[in-house]
Amino acid sequence: MAIERKQWKSAIVIAATAWMAVLFGFAPSEATAEYGDVVMNEYSDEAGMRPVVFPHWFHRIRFRCKVCHADLGFKFQAGGNDINMLKIIDGEYCGACHNGDVAWSVENCDLCHSGKAGTPTQVHESTLQKLIMPAGGAPKK
Amino acid sequence: MITKRLLFIGTMAMSALLAVAFTLEVSEAADPNAFNRLMKPPSKRNPPPAKDGIHDPESVGAEALQPPKEAFSAMPKGKSGNYVDWVQALADQKIAPRFDRLDPEAKPILMDLNIVREVKGSMPNVVYPHKQHTEWLDCSNCHPAIFIPQKGANQISMAAILLGEKCGVCHGKVAFPVSECRRCHSQPKGKAATTKAEAGAAAAQPAAQPAATAGQP
Ligand code: HEC
Ligand code: HEC
Ligand code: HEC
Ligand code: HEC
Ligand code: HEC
Ligand code: HEC
Repeated sequence: MAIERKQWKSAIVIAATAWMAVLFGFAPSEATAEYGDVVMNEYSDEAGMRPVVFPHWFHRIRFRCKVCHADLGFKFQAGGNDINMLKIIDGEYCGACHNGDVAWSVENCDLCHSGKAGTPTQVHESTLQKLIMPAGGAPKK
Repeated sequence: MITKRLLFIGTMAMSALLAVAFTLEVSEAADPNAFNRLMKPPSKRNPPPAKDGIHDPESVGAEALQPPKEAFSAMPKGKSGNYVDWVQALADQKIAPRFDRLDPEAKPILMDLNIVREVKGSMPNVVYPHKQHTEWLDCSNCHPAIFIPQKGANQISMAAILLGEKCGVCHGKVAFPVSECRRCHSQPKGKAATTKAEAGAAAAQPAAQPAATAGQP
């Protein structure tokens, strides 16, 4: 009896896995995100947090590129800055502004961690990503 | 015996789920003869966070974040990317992005130096304007990592740009996309320099020239 139940369980697990595979595998990757939105997911998924979505359009209405990319030292590469929460609460990267002084503070986890789980780190709607025929050797991060 | 039956049931359940998944898929898939098979329809531009495919619609954030359209409604329209002309938005003072993290009064030091890069073939020459770039960027954002600051010292090609190098570090990611050819290829070739074939190609599209050059101060 006990064995039977266990096997039932595994059958259900297999079916559920297949279902997930179908959902993730075939679901059209219909990301039509805003141009320049960066998903940051080097650590978030593993830590059980939603990935971070950084909206360039929103920030460039308020700051020139220079403020982040020269003064605060953000490199021009999605995932290339090794950002984590300790650095943020110490006032680096996002924490240079999201400190309750220039902009709302870090306790608003869900405003930054708002991405779909499993979305990889990348800048969205880039010319490279949107080429109808993928360019040869395009690094797919 | 039991194992076999369970395996059978398991397989049945799996196929049932697969069938359901595919029907969902098919019902969601577009008409095979849709007018635009590959191009994204205009209705999908500037989607609100909950519908953009990267925000989790269940997240509190997705509801609380600003939809891009709301912010862009008062700004000059662009042809691609964010569908905003950021150069014009700044020139018209529709936006006032800070040049300093804290000081709203800090002003950029602009450098008005155009670098013309002659292009072989039919395409107009490329004019690289320092002015519009120094509105947004610091010299150190480009020099020397992306470009050696010396006219002609850098090899630039369209292939490199499309792969996200040189001008493509920003154009095609955050600054206006590569599809807007004439914003970079803005200088019609001098008559003396053009061959007959090139002159013909340039003459074939005279109407488009003034529009493209109008943006260049
Ligand atoms: C408020 C800060 C901020 C401002 C302002 C800003 N950026 Fe960024 N930028 C970022 C962050 C954060 C990333 C992602 C870095 C990471 O994932 O480690 C990024 C990444 C990038 C990338 C790399 C994309 C890739 O992976 O190839 C480019 C290019 C870029 N920004 C260009 C710009 C330009 C051009 C402007 C001005 C119009 C600008 N940024 C303004 C914060 C900013
Ligand atoms: C140069 C300053 C600065 C930096 C650096 C910065 N932000 Fe912001 N951010 C702001 C300001 C200002 C606001 C608007 C705050 C408000 O509404 O009170 C904002 C708002 C936001 C919003 C909300 C947008 C909306 O729809 O209201 C998100 C999400 C966000 N930032 C994410 C990030 C992330 C992630 C990083 C780091 C990768 C970051 N920011 C770095 C200044 C900054
Ligand atoms: C201003 C934006 C912002 C806010 C607010 C924010 N985070 Fe993060 N968080 C980030 C960024 C950026 C990363 C790096 C993302 C990555 O690459 O996975 C990160 C990474 C993480 C990580 C994994 C890396 C690490 O440091 O352990 C955890 C866990 C995390 N955040 C938890 C939280 C929690 C909990 C809160 C609320 C108290 C919060 N975050 C608020 C931007 C933010
Ligand atoms: C967006 C990138 C970018 C920025 C920002 C930028 N430059 Fe340049 N710069 C270029 C390019 C591209 C060239 C042309 C290189 C070539 O022709 O190979 C150039 C060329 C130059 C040259 C050589 C001119 C000549 O006639 O030989 C100088 C000097 C220069 N830049 C100085 C600056 C200074 C000073 C700043 C800041 C105020 C600055 N640049 C900001 C991209 C940039
Ligand atoms: C470091 C980032 C960066 C690099 C590299 C860069 N640009 Fe730009 N460029 C920008 C930004 C930001 C703008 C402002 C407009 C926008 O964001 O759409 C801009 C604007 C322009 C404009 C002004 C268009 C107008 O309407 O006035 C031209 C032309 C241009 N870029 C050409 C080039 C060329 C050619 C190169 C390579 C030689 C280049 N850019 C490299 C960031 C960059
Ligand atoms: C961000 C600026 C920019 C945009 C946008 C742009 N180009 Fe270019 N293009 C350049 C630069 C810079 C060169 C190199 C010029 C040189 O040789 O110095 C170039 C070179 C070329 C060449 C010469 C051959 C080669 O590969 O170098 C062709 C053809 C060309 N572009 C076509 C196009 C077309 C078509 C588009 C629109 C889909 C376009 N370009 C959009 C900047 C741009």
